[in-house]
Amino acid sequence: MPAAKAPTSLRRLFDEIGTVDQVGIEERVAKFTTRSLKKNSKVFGLRLAVSMVDLTTLEGKDTPGKVASLCQKALRPHDVGDIPPTAAVCVYPAMVKHARKHVGGTQVKIASVATAFPSGQAPLKTRLAEVHAAVKDGADEIDMVINRGAFLSGEFGRMQDEIAAVVEACGQATLKVILEVSELETYDNIRAASFLAMRVIRPGDFIKTSTGKTSSNATLGNNQVMLEAIRDHFLATGIPIAMKPAGGIRTAKQALHFLIAVKETLGDEWLNNRRYRFGASALLNDLVRQLEKERTGAYQAPWNFSEATEGY
Amino acid sequence: MPKTSSKTNPARELVFGDLWEFDPAPETADPKLKPRYDLFINGSFVPPRAGKYFATINPAHETKIADIALADASDVDAACIAAQKAFTSVWGKMPGKERGKYLYRIARLLQDHAREFAIAETLDGGKPIKESRDFDVPMAAAHFFYHAGWADKLEFLAPGKRIAPHGVVGQVIPWNFPLLMLAWKIAPALAAGNCVVLKPAETTSITALKFGEICQEAGLPNGVVNIVSGAGETGAAVIQHPLTTKVAFTGSTEVGKSIMRSLAGTDKKMTLELGGKAANIVFDDAPLDQAVEGIVNGIFFNQGHVCCAGSRLLVQESIADAVLAKLKRRITVLRVGDPMDKNTDLGAINSREQLAKITDLVQSGVAEGAEMHDNGCKLPAKGFFFRPTIFTKVSMSHRIAREEIFGPVLSILTFRTPEEAVEKANNTPYGLSAGVWTDKGSRILKMSTLLKAGVVWANTYNKFDPTSPFGGYKESGFGREGGKQGMLDYLRVV
Repeated sequence: MPAAKAPTSLRRLFDEIGTVDQVGIEERVAKFTTRSLKKNSKVFGLRLAVSMVDLTTLEGKDTPGKVASLCQKALRPHDVGDIPPTAAVCVYPAMVKHARKHVGGTQVKIASVATAFPSGQAPLKTRLAEVHAAVKDGADEIDMVINRGAFLSGEFGRMQDEIAAVVEACGQATLKVILEVSELETYDNIRAASFLAMRVIRPGDFIKTSTGKTSSNATLGNNQVMLEAIRDHFLATGIPIAMKPAGGIRTAKQALHFLIAVKETLGDEWLNNRRYRFGASALLNDLVRQLEKERTGAYQAPWNFSEATEGY
Repeated sequence: MPKTSSKTNPARELVFGDLWEFDPAPETADPKLKPRYDLFINGSFVPPRAGKYFATINPAHETKIADIALADASDVDAACIAAQKAFTSVWGKMPGKERGKYLYRIARLLQDHAREFAIAETLDGGKPIKESRDFDVPMAAAHFFYHAGWADKLEFLAPGKRIAPHGVVGQVIPWNFPLLMLAWKIAPALAAGNCVVLKPAETTSITALKFGEICQEAGLPNGVVNIVSGAGETGAAVIQHPLTTKVAFTGSTEVGKSIMRSLAGTDKKMTLELGGKAANIVFDDAPLDQAVEGIVNGIFFNQGHVCCAGSRLLVQESIADAVLAKLKRRITVLRVGDPMDKNTDLGAINSREQLAKITDLVQSGVAEGAEMHDNGCKLPAKGFFFRPTIFTKVSMSHRIAREEIFGPVLSILTFRTPEEAVEKANNTPYGLSAGVWTDKGSRILKMSTLLKAGVVWANTYNKFDPTSPFGGYKESGFGREGGKQGMLDYLRVV
């Protein structure tokens, strides 16, 4: 009976990795929001954030045309200035081959959600087949969802085995493991799930907060829990794991707060798009808007910024 | 250039380098200061009778900010007479509901002038602008709001008894939270119906005298609040004046003792809030990252110029190394420098004298064999600054484990059992505050009854609220400030 064993094994895991105090960690992250970025440091942060965006469209109404538009925006976020391209585009598996036509061979990577995103409620075989198909179509990165049901019922072995199977199916592709933090609910659970995932993925693979499909997504609090888990795992094993908050980060100011958390928790080696990403769509234009304001000294009208994405 | 590859970093340490440096982010609003501040007596600013002034300086730049009036015994006498007159003619007779309106007005005016007060506080005292902006000034306003609510409800403080104000209250406050300590003192005194003669600390008089301007703007009746600036002698004159029937002092234990001696044989009522050497106790089941955050907040808040600072860390032996490693990593990202910069975490030490005291105690720690670690950050060339510092290999008999340092210096001791933790925590002449970090609720309750400290924080540190009484045991003083208990100290049973 796996469910009956659950409390003991979770307790054992917490004895090993430690717990999180909700009030304390939320006080810590509130301090990140009081940092004040001016002039060059602001421009540096904004450009860095642009280069970390996984520009995303994950909708039932996505079409090859929409994906083409997304890819153009990723390659060239703004028609004036020297704003860098985003890190990747993030699409459904069926759209990978369309994205490849536009960004294949460029520095913009193709990320694909897979494994019955966002619920993960499909047989493992089906989920793995989806990963294989996406990789075959040219996905550089796979964003999988963990089996939250398995985690919550205490079947940690099963949860980890499934992640390991997806790692294998990825081949050369980078893996991002979505914990779907809103369904794990507590910071303790987020820390536990982070460790379980980190122990079966490869150096440079990601852990990611959310699908963006539930009511609450990335927050500074759950981002911090995961950054601290990555730090503790790195210091213990030497294995660097990357991080991707996703969903709910819509403004440049928010993105800068997340980056300050990275700077003060993991340090300089995580301040690049190999180690940190933003899963977002609306965010990109706000970053561009702020960069244009810094460049020209005035806010530009909204119609000066091309819309290639919506929602998330 | 920062190191970028983990290959060059075999020790598996994180790199907190200069890849993304923050540009200066100074607060630039005008604090509206006057070049010269007179005494606030009987509702107006008057020059001191002897005509003497002293300079107040900015501890971050060692430059003069303004001239401050030096009150002598005759000025204090005038202030006390004005207060007595205000008490008998207006304030003591006024219905509580009406007094409350004045307090609400003061609270709102402090909010209106919040930015100006925050900048003045940082200029004069050296604390980081983010603390004066986010803590000192809002908390000062909160104390006036809270106590305003008590003004017409005093009868509920002591059911079945009749209570009355003392009359004229003499108050002497320290330099670590100049405006906030003023609020802690003045708000309950006025709510209870007393009139006040207050002496701010010598190095930080500006916000107290600016508060005089707030009293004028609020239309507070003349003489209800009087501010007399000066040094120790001025304070002694306030406390010993025959008209002050109750005195309240916050400051060092040494001065507190001399006040008690000087008042022996009088029937003055007294509350003293003195020094501390608080134990912050971390058990092995504590959430470590948040405990580390609490330790940092406990000792480095306001450069450690906090009487309830968690200056002794007691950590369970089995996790001592882990906590130390996390703590060292955490202090590398603390920013020390210009207090007016919005990103500064630790500002300037309040005075040259205090810096010398901290330096002396730190040297004694090294000489006595403790191991010192600091964050190695660059300090500004001018001004009084001290790096966040941690001592390991500290034993209970070291001076740094016994004496109040009142600076950003933490002494780490270890323990093995809860009993040993309590024993060590209580093995001090002080008893102001303590912290307990554990995931186990029952242990928190047990520790809080065993620790001889006025405040015990559980899984947090340095949390303040006007509704919560604050005060000490043993040489940390007596009497409470805040809450119902704090109000009662400003009233007498008739």
